[in-house]
Amino acid sequence: MSAAAELLDRLSTVRGIRGSALVSASDGLIVAESLMTGVDGRAVAALAASLVNRLRRATECAGRREPMFLQLHAAEGTVLAAPCGAELVLVAVAGPDANVGLARLEMFEVVGRLA
Amino acid sequence: MSDDIRGMTAELAADPDSLVFLDLGEALRRRGQLDAAYKIARTGLTRYPELARAHDLAGRILCDRGERDRAFEAWVAALELDAGLVSAHKGLGFLFHQAGDLASADKHLAYARQADPDDAGTAVALERVRALQRAAPPTPTASAAAATPSAPSEAPPGPAEQAPAGSDLAAEAGLPFSFEEGSPSPVQDAVFAGLDGGTDGLLLVDSAGLRLGGGLRSPEGADVADSVAALLAGVSKEAARTARLLELGDWRGLAVECGDGNLFLSAPTDSTVLLTVRGLDMPMGRVARFAERASTAARAWLERTG
Repeated sequence: MSAAAELLDRLSTVRGIRGSALVSASDGLIVAESLMTGVDGRAVAALAASLVNRLRRATECAGRREPMFLQLHAAEGTVLAAPCGAELVLVAVAGPDANVGLARLEMFEVVGRLA
Repeated sequence: MSDDIRGMTAELAADPDSLVFLDLGEALRRRGQLDAAYKIARTGLTRYPELARAHDLAGRILCDRGERDRAFEAWVAALELDAGLVSAHKGLGFLFHQAGDLASADKHLAYARQADPDDAGTAVALERVRALQRAAPPTPTASAAAATPSAPSEAPPGPAEQAPAGSDLAAEAGLPFSFEEGSPSPVQDAVFAGLDGGTDGLLLVDSAGLRLGGGLRSPEGADVADSVAALLAGVSKEAARTARLLELGDWRGLAVECGDGNLFLSAPTDSTVLLTVRGLDMPMGRVARFAERASTAARAWLERTG
């Protein structure tokens, strides 16, 4: 198992996390993943990468630094994403019962190790 | 010199860019050291000419010094920068009351009362103004006395002959609304009236990416509202698409942490997007709560304006 996959597995043990993936920022393809059954990894990768790229443009336009972490809160869950350098995005999908604060810290830890 | 003032003075000396000048100037004003307070405020204004609270501080000090014309100008400048700044409305309400322009005083105090219902002082002042209005017909043209240097009396000045009408004065001063009797004040109609940052850091956008209200400046002070607005519609559509395709239901909010600020995107209605931007000094959880309040204000405004 690669180091990235091990880190993703660890992230996926946080309560409420349904899975995580390391995604190419430029094309939205999966680099590594640890997803529960029923979670569409390709959709997660493509959508999260697209969202991060749009946000990058918006924050740049606002004169702000690049996004470090984003949380898309929805009625039945949350998508978490953290850019990992310019090329990769770490993504996690969480249910409504997730400990988002802990997941956030774990994601920063993963990003730090992969950087 | 009190320890507080000494400490703030030291802090400002160590970091001349510090915003502690706001607290220091106010502390000096409260102690009656008006010249020292004004010097602090003036120095702060040279560093932060776009900071509404700095103009507001200058207004309070100048008012205490009896320089009502300059106080008026300072509070007008504050409202040009932040139309929802309650203390500036209170200051102008006071000046208009002193000048006998009860209708204009009522507008400003009513706004302040609405924005800060717990402020007993504003409630008493507003009640007093309304009692005076009931007792005598309003004299809207007397408002200019607020900006007349030779209006030292505490009693409401006499008639309107002292200076131009209040609305003219407001126009001359560049105030973006009229004091004409019966005309609604855009300040009161502002989308985020009463919320801190109503003109910078809150941006309401329609589904076509056009700005409906609020404003946004970059950390360097550039107006970026329209260009960011144009991008936000796409971001919100992407957020909605992501939530829907991942079977997470309707999206409720998008929190974005940048290295130099926290952003929160929400959708007050199906056809609008609200961006809330705050510095790192406000934790994301509080930004989200603040964004909720701003969303409520935006919905109310959208209902009012159709």
